[in-house]
Amino acid sequence: MIDLSIKIGHLNMKNPVMTASGTFGYGEEYRDFLDLGRLGGIVVKAVTGNNRDGNAYPRMAETPSGMLNSVGLQNKGVDYFVKEIYPLIKDFDTNVIVNISGSTIEEYVAVAEKINELENIPAIELNISCPNVKQGGMAFGTISSTATEVTAAVRKVYKKDLIVKLSPNVTSIQEMAKAVVDGGADIISLINTLLGMAIDADKRRPVLSTVTGGLSGPAIKPVALRMVWQVSKAVKVPVIGMGGIMNATDAIEFILAGASAVQVGTANFIDPGVTMKIVEGIEAWCGLHKVGSVKELVGGLIS
Amino acid sequence: MSGKKILHDLVVLKNEHLNKWHFILELQAPELLPQFLPGQFVQVLVKDSPSTFLRRPFSIHGFDPVKNTIRLLIQIKGEGTSHLSLLREGDKLNVMYPLGNSFTLPSGKNVLLVGGGCGVAPLLFLARWLKEQDVKVTILTGWKRKEDIFEKDVYLQCGEVLVTTENGSEGEMGMVTSHTIFKSDRTFDRIYCCGPDRMMKAVAHMAKRKGIDCEVSLENTMACGFGVCLCCITPTNHGNQRVCMEGPVFSTKELGW
Ligand SMILES: Cc1cc2nc3c(=O)[nH]c(=O)nc-3n(C[C@H](O)[C@H](O)[C@H](O)COP(=O)(O)OP(=O)(O)OC[C@H]3O[C@@H](n4cnc5c(N)ncnc54)[C@H](O)[C@@H]3O)c2cc1C
Ligand SMILES: Cc1cc2nc3c(=O)[nH]c(=O)nc-3n(C[C@H](O)[C@H](O)[C@H](O)COP(=O)(O)O)c2cc1C
Ligand code: FES
Repeated sequence: MIDLSIKIGHLNMKNPVMTASGTFGYGEEYRDFLDLGRLGGIVVKAVTGNNRDGNAYPRMAETPSGMLNSVGLQNKGVDYFVKEIYPLIKDFDTNVIVNISGSTIEEYVAVAEKINELENIPAIELNISCPNVKQGGMAFGTISSTATEVTAAVRKVYKKDLIVKLSPNVTSIQEMAKAVVDGGADIISLINTLLGMAIDADKRRPVLSTVTGGLSGPAIKPVALRMVWQVSKAVKVPVIGMGGIMNATDAIEFILAGASAVQVGTANFIDPGVTMKIVEGIEAWCGLHKVGSVKELVGGLIS
Repeated sequence: MSGKKILHDLVVLKNEHLNKWHFILELQAPELLPQFLPGQFVQVLVKDSPSTFLRRPFSIHGFDPVKNTIRLLIQIKGEGTSHLSLLREGDKLNVMYPLGNSFTLPSGKNVLLVGGGCGVAPLLFLARWLKEQDVKVTILTGWKRKEDIFEKDVYLQCGEVLVTTENGSEGEMGMVTSHTIFKSDRTFDRIYCCGPDRMMKAVAHMAKRKGIDCEVSLENTMACGFGVCLCCITPTNHGNQRVCMEGPVFSTKELGW
């Protein structure tokens, strides 16, 4: 019997496979394809203080081994989430984690306070890649002092596990990791999308309405692996790794690099049942390599 | 709206090339297909094509519940569709379905279907379905030239067929949108339209002037096709809607066209 269970912070997970925010809706749409109870956790899409319509169409461009998106945090706001969405997802037999976002520290704090009241949400994931309107649009996650500040402000009001999700669009990912740990993060997840751009040469126009967007998929995996490895060495808190995971081997690579758990994003669009295959594949891999528990693999890179 | 979504490996029964740029895939399912409705689409996985990362959406062109097959009419655009054009009998294709909403029945019994380019794909299924419901169907399609026209005979089984060609080699010369039917006093209970956005908008505009109800099928680019990524949205009079879930069929009133 191979033990796939893992504990990070206070989160008990059946296995290390979670779904990434913005790629799994609120879980509902996936019920045709898989048993949500077999997932280690679900991170639902970003919740903000108020309703956001998101960016104009086109919001997507396919790129070699990946895609760019500029959805722009479309959601109906935290009050709608608490009233309408939470009742639908609160009894899922897995860890349901809420990804929260804002344009000001006050907005992050207000959302975190409301999610803190929800009994069946064991953790939040702070998405600090959002532009900080007060700082002239620079993302919270790209300046270490503001990253510490927003994390600390949320920490004050949020009592359960606080996951902070890092943006890869920085010079030193270790510095950002340390900054959010200083602010009180319990767990770090990474990476969010890499800033990119696509051009339609025939039309001489950018493909996305926003010109630039976030790159995801296998194209970013080498960058993500490098960053997970660097962060897991730089800080003591557990790390959740993601970026381009398509199969069990990809997931194992992230775990070896230092991740205690992984999130699967874009791959769900192509195969909505892929997470189940990844869970089974990790188990099979452990069997083949005579590993009794995935915990033994975390950071198990031989160098 | 649509039932439980499934992923299946369908078997290619036939790959019929209609002209240089169009082909039809006839696909058979291992298990009973759902009761597809016209306007619905599928998401096809293109294997072994490095630049085709995401699935490709195609409308249901034909559905045969007895043979348990669907037909896709595909226009070769880029790498994904080129790859699919090479499929051979017996090959397998991983397909997700049923996706999207569907066209609705008109209030009366006399309708016009307008298609341009690969926009004709969902119209044959629609024409057959309408005919089964005793609706009188007129089908107008636009082509570059006579040699490009395909499937005219099957459309003729559903109703009156009108064509335009850009060089005038068959039917009226010009684009579908300049066909005299729009200037005549013929009227319809509903116009259904499918094709490039610009053409659909022009048709919607003419329908509006004549006070005719109009439904269009949008082809926004999609990442998932089943409602989770929010990439395919279109603005409507009740906020952003997902073309893959609340669409692809919209009334032009909803779209504010
Ligand atoms: C709901 C829906 C139903 C569709 N039904 C059909 C159908 O029945 N038959 C058919 O032939 N095509 C249909 N399409 C369009 C079809 O999905 C695209 O043409 C196809 O994905 C192109 O893939 P590719 O890899 O060959 O081209 P790519 O290399 O991806 O692109 C080649 C060119 O095609 C254009 N293109 C790509 N995607 C789309 C799109 N969604 N709409 C318009 N242009 C696009 C690109 O701008 C590019 O210039 C449908 C699209 C949608 C969203
Ligand atoms: C369409 C789309 C929407 C996303 N929305 C969010 C979001 O709301 N919040 C967030 O923290 N990350 C969001 N992400 C980023 C993913 O959660 C993930 O960090 C990233 O896509 C890398 O993983 P992947 O390559 O497995 O997709 C989104 C990604 C995609 C593709
Ligand atoms: S294509 Fe993903 S929501 Fe429509």
